[in-house]
Amino acid sequence: MIGLEHYLTVASALFVIGIFGLFLNRKNVIILLMSIELMLLSVNINLVAFSSFLGDLVGQVFTLFVLTVAAAEAAIGLAILVCFFRNSGTIAVEDVNVMKG
Amino acid sequence: MIQADLNIILPEILLAVYAMGALLFAVYTGKDRLAPLLTWVTAAVFVVLGLWIATGTGDHIAFNGMFNDDGYSRFAKVAILFSSAAVLVMGQDYMTRRDMLRFEYPVLMALAAVGMMVMVSAGDLMALYLGLELQSLSLYVIAALRRDSIKSTEAGLKYFVLGSLSSGLLLFGSSLVYGFSGTTQFAGIIEAAGHGHTSLGLLFGLVLVISGLAFKISAVPFHMWTPDVYEGAPTPVTAFFATAPKVAATVLFARVLHDAFGGVVADWQQVVAVLSLLSMFLGAVAAIGQRDIKRLMAYSSIAHMGYAMMGLAAGTAFGVQALLVYMVIYVTMNIGTFSFILMMEKDGQPVTDINALNMYAKREPGKALAMLVLLFSLAGVPPMVGFFGKFYVLQAAYEAGLIWLAALGVVASVIGAFYYLRIVYYMYFGDEAEDGLDKSGTPVLWGLLMASAVIIGLAWLPGINLLGVEAWAEAAAAALVN
Repeated sequence: MIGLEHYLTVASALFVIGIFGLFLNRKNVIILLMSIELMLLSVNINLVAFSSFLGDLVGQVFTLFVLTVAAAEAAIGLAILVCFFRNSGTIAVEDVNVMKG
Repeated sequence: MIQADLNIILPEILLAVYAMGALLFAVYTGKDRLAPLLTWVTAAVFVVLGLWIATGTGDHIAFNGMFNDDGYSRFAKVAILFSSAAVLVMGQDYMTRRDMLRFEYPVLMALAAVGMMVMVSAGDLMALYLGLELQSLSLYVIAALRRDSIKSTEAGLKYFVLGSLSSGLLLFGSSLVYGFSGTTQFAGIIEAAGHGHTSLGLLFGLVLVISGLAFKISAVPFHMWTPDVYEGAPTPVTAFFATAPKVAATVLFARVLHDAFGGVVADWQQVVAVLSLLSMFLGAVAAIGQRDIKRLMAYSSIAHMGYAMMGLAAGTAFGVQALLVYMVIYVTMNIGTFSFILMMEKDGQPVTDINALNMYAKREPGKALAMLVLLFSLAGVPPMVGFFGKFYVLQAAYEAGLIWLAALGVVASVIGAFYYLRIVYYMYFGDEAEDGLDKSGTPVLWGLLMASAVIIGLAWLPGINLLGVEAWAEAAAAALVN
C-alpha cells in the first residue's frame, strides 16, 4: 500500500536533487533551469498528495497556479539566458563571473 | 457578493488593466519614442492610486479571506506606490540619455507594483505566492533591461536563478504548511498552529517559508545575490530594488509571521533574531572593503534589513510599528542617496567609484551637504531621522527581552558608520583630484535629493514628528497584531 509518506519522500528527494543541481553544477546554465523546474514540480507532487490525503481540493488548485507560474518563469529564464549568451558567447556557469560576488 | 469583492481589489485591477493597456498602446503606436511620456504617466497613476488608497478606512476581506484590505496593507501600499513613482521619474532622464529607456520599463514597473500590492494584502498562501511571483518575474526582466550589456544580463541571470531557488523554498514550505494544517488560509493556519505546540511538519514548513522570504529581503545568509545584482543592474533599476520591493517583502514577512504564525512567536523569534544579527554584522563589515558605491549600497541595504528584522523579531505590535517606521525612513533615505548616485557622472558617463568624490564639497557644496545629511542618517547619527528609526527597533527588541540583540545592534551600527563617514571624509577632506565629476543633474534629481535631505534632516523636530508617519504606523501595526 502506497501511503502519503511515500509521496512525500519522493517529493523531498526530487526537491533536494533540484537544490544540489543548482549548487553543484558547474557546466551549463540550462541545467540550472532544469533544476529549478524539478524543485517546482516536486512541490506539485507534495501538494497533490496532501490534497488527496486531506480530501481537500485547494491543494490541486494551488498546483495549477504553480504550473502556470513555472511556465512563465521558464520563459523569462530562457529569455534572459539568450540575452546573456548574445553578450558573452557562452552559457557555462563558471563564465557567469564578470562581477565577483 | 463578487461585486463587493471586486470593489475591494479595485486599485489592483485598475493598475493591472492600466499596465496591459499601456503595453498594447505603446506596441501599436510609437514604441520606445513614447517611453519618457509613459514613464511620467505611470508615475502619475502610482501617485493617484496611492492618494486614493490612503483615504480608505476599515477592514475588508475579499474572496473568502484570500485578500485583506486593512490599515496595515494600505500603509504598505502607499509607501510602495509613492516610492515607485519617485524612482520612475528619477531614472527617466538618465535612461533616455543612454538610450536604454524602453517602453517596457514603466509597464514592468506597474506590473511589479501590482504584485507588491497583492503581496502585502495576501491572506492566503496562494495569493502570497502569486503576488510574490508577479513582482519577482517583473524584477528579473528589469534587472536585465540593458540587453546589450554583459553586466546587466549577468545580474538578471543571477537574480533569476537565486530568486527562483528562493521561490522554490517558499513553495515547498507552503506545501508542508498546507499539508500539516489542512488549509492555505492564514486564518486557518493560525488556528492549526496556535495551541502552544506546533507539529514537526508545520515547523519545517515555517522554516522553509522564512528562508524563502529572507532571500527576497536579502537577509544573511541568503544575501549573496544582492551585491552583484545591485552592481550589474542599471542604476535607476538598482534604486528601485533598494526601495519598494524591500518594503513589500518585509511587510509580507511580518504579515505571514503574525497572521499565520502569530500564536507561536517563540518558534520563529530566535530564527528571525539570528537572521537580523548576521545581516547587521555582515552588512557593516563587508561594506568596508567596497569602492563601488552601488556595491556599498547593497551591503548597506543588507545591514538595514537586519535592523528592520529586529523589529520583527520582537514579535509585538510595537515591533511591527518600529519595522514600518524604519522601512519608510529607509526608503526616503535611499531615494535621496540614489538621486545623488544618478548625478555622479564624468564626461557624460556614469561613475560609481567613491574615489571620484574627492573634494566634491568644494565644487558643489549644496549637493555635498545634502549627501552628508543622508549619509549621517544612514549611519544612524543623531539627530538625523535615521537615528530615530534605529532607536525604535532597538527599543522594540529591548522591550521584548532581546537585550543581547539590541546591544549587538548598537555595536554593528558603530562599525557600519565607518564606511558612510568615509564617503563624507572624501567629499570634504579628500585629496585634490585633478579632474572631478561633472556638474550634472536634472531638476528632478536635484529636487528629490534636496527634498529627501530636508525631510531626513528636519522631520525629527518637535511639532513635525516624522510627518505623522509614526501614528499611521501605529494604527497599521494595531490592524495586524491583535
